[in-house]
Amino acid sequence: MEPRPPGPAARDLERYAGLFASRTRVMTSSAMRDLMAITERPEVISLAGGLPDTSTFPAETLAAVMARVAADSSARALQYGPTEGMFATREAITRVMAHEGADVDPEDVIVTTGGQQVIDLVCKALLDPGDVVVAEGPTYPGAVPTLSTYQADVVQIGMDADGMRVDELEETLDRLEREGRRPKFIYTIPTFQNPGGVTLSLPRRRRLVEVAHERELIVLEDNPYGMLRFEGDRLPTLLELDGGHFVVYAGTFSKILSPGIRLGWAVAPRPVLAKLNLGAQAATLCPSSFTQLFVNAYLESGHWEGYVAQLRELYRARRDVMLEALAAELPGEAHWTHPQGGLFVWATLPDFVDTTDLLALALHRNVAFVPGRAAYLDGRGGSSMRLNFSGSSEDEIREGVRRIGAIVREQVELYGMLTGTTAPRAPEAPAPRTDLADVLALPRRPREDDRRRGRG
Amino acid sequence: MSALRVAVLKGGRSLERQVSLVSGGRVEDALERLGHEPVGIDAGHDLVERLTAARPDVVFIALHGRDGEDGTVQELLEALGLPYTGPPPAACAISRDKALAKHVMRDAGIATPDFLVFDETTFKDFGAAALLPALGDRLAFPLVVKPAHGGSALGVRFAGTPEELAPALLAAFSYDDKVVLERHVTGRELAISVLAGEPLPVVEAVPQGEDFYDFEARYEIGRTVFHCPAGLEPDAAREAQAVAVRVVELLGLRGCARVDLLLDADGVPWVLEANAIPGLTETSLLPQAAEAAGVGFDELVARVLGLALDE
Repeated sequence: MEPRPPGPAARDLERYAGLFASRTRVMTSSAMRDLMAITERPEVISLAGGLPDTSTFPAETLAAVMARVAADSSARALQYGPTEGMFATREAITRVMAHEGADVDPEDVIVTTGGQQVIDLVCKALLDPGDVVVAEGPTYPGAVPTLSTYQADVVQIGMDADGMRVDELEETLDRLEREGRRPKFIYTIPTFQNPGGVTLSLPRRRRLVEVAHERELIVLEDNPYGMLRFEGDRLPTLLELDGGHFVVYAGTFSKILSPGIRLGWAVAPRPVLAKLNLGAQAATLCPSSFTQLFVNAYLESGHWEGYVAQLRELYRARRDVMLEALAAELPGEAHWTHPQGGLFVWATLPDFVDTTDLLALALHRNVAFVPGRAAYLDGRGGSSMRLNFSGSSEDEIREGVRRIGAIVREQVELYGMLTGTTAPRAPEAPAPRTDLADVLALPRRPREDDRRRGRG
Repeated sequence: MSALRVAVLKGGRSLERQVSLVSGGRVEDALERLGHEPVGIDAGHDLVERLTAARPDVVFIALHGRDGEDGTVQELLEALGLPYTGPPPAACAISRDKALAKHVMRDAGIATPDFLVFDETTFKDFGAAALLPALGDRLAFPLVVKPAHGGSALGVRFAGTPEELAPALLAAFSYDDKVVLERHVTGRELAISVLAGEPLPVVEAVPQGEDFYDFEARYEIGRTVFHCPAGLEPDAAREAQAVAVRVVELLGLRGCARVDLLLDADGVPWVLEANAIPGLTETSLLPQAAEAAGVGFDELVARVLGLALDE
């Protein structure tokens, strides 16, 4: 066979530039893309991703469940299915949701290709270009491209330890109303927020739902992490408090089973559900039959709660390691959130430190995080960073935070010297070249030490 | 030219890795169309091993930034005894270092915006911070603060006042131990590529609308419009081209190189920097200029390759 002639590659972008829709203009800065590309190198300890630890899922369980799907429903697994998902899967989803205190009718559920598709479908159903969406600041970095694609005008509301500042939300909604910019929906991750790591308090949950009712606004409640609670009491979902009027709920199996099976779901008021269904039909026809049958069989087998409990223990231990390491390594001017669950810590450094620039330094020492700007659409977040603790081992977390802490302290010290508030250090005398020094190759500066050290 | 085995070095560890991968990929495509045998090599730990295994006739360097543009890889290829495209190690090292290149240019009487250079050490060990409050007496604000080595917008900041210097320096020091503080010249942004000693048509970059101080804009498709050839008076274009050729000769940049200038209101072409290994993506300035001179991308690649073998 003749080798296939090379076709146009992604690098031939410009040839097609005139054909692209304006919404395809990416929002992330090229600088950040350049930096993030390097975080994927194998030698980098990446606290940047949002990966669950799939290595703990027993391979024999996977094999057994797959065998059962093959034996019992091979033809169905290989066939198309209904757009809204198989009834058995939707029923199974309501049983999962019962663990979060929500009483849901399977008829109000649509199965999707991951929770991410719910965000996309809600945007598709509700947004015209230029429509206002209210989100938390910072917001889920993965929602940023979706919101940008639909040309949303995103207004971000600050958070504190109790989650989104609902008083600020109300003031903002008043202001937007005066400006004639009525938002289409409020996007929120109330529980163990990504990237903030904070949880919306019960009074604020109640008030947020009231606000939605008073102003007749949709709230998109994204709840991927609700079942990953390490401590504290479970809080009702907004869906539960709302009673099915204005809350669209996004759920996912990604964090309680596997992101690889790409199954999520939405619960929505029927008229909204119908529009989501239309959108889903256009996008994917139906979610994967194969993975729905996998989920049905897996949930029936009764192992899932034990597995989630195991993940909770694993992630709690990793969170503890990260919080301990942050306390030990970051300078006093820094502060960070103490998540009661989920996957992320949000750390904020002194405002003169730019975390995008800091990432460049971090990559030299083979450690990565998400710079805060990735979680804003308005350029804020410059001195913050998102740190993930679910996807790295305890040793990696310790070492990763140690390296980050070292560069932050160096930056703080350097800034002090630049502003004249820290005295220059006494120039170091050249290290004597003793035999001992040669043998140990003792670094004179921590920076050298880091460059030599491999992955911990 | 008979069919050659050409190792195309791309990617690498630098922050310009992505651009380099695109440049290298396009070069490989062109080499294939030219009837050569390209071997793409992502420059990593196994570079020497892969180069040795590939046994190339010649090496095409499409690496930007650290390693590729600073002479490191060139020294390695000298050691391996392999001919390669682009300038020799010393020319790479000088042009890659904006501070050094500006000194060399200024000493040779070429107009380059007034500047000062600070090493991190001067702040840490010698108390240079004491100079900053009165820096305006020496160098008029606003200033552009940039890492001495670097080919993208990363770490480049404006400082409009002495107070803005410390954060700008901190950002620039994140990418480099050495930082250039340069008087900001307002003018038309020109890029002149020089191929085998001959200047190509002038390219003008016009940032669109947005924040004037946003350096990233000039690297984003759609945020900067390029005019080639630039709508300059013939005399002005010729003068700028002559300056570019002088810079290329002065710095010893063989093959093809790109010189970036600012043409101010008085018609003075101020040289900002020279690039030893210009980008070869579809939006890069060198291919655009070559195209305007009637030199298609494949021919450009062929000529650059030919220059490497002529040496």
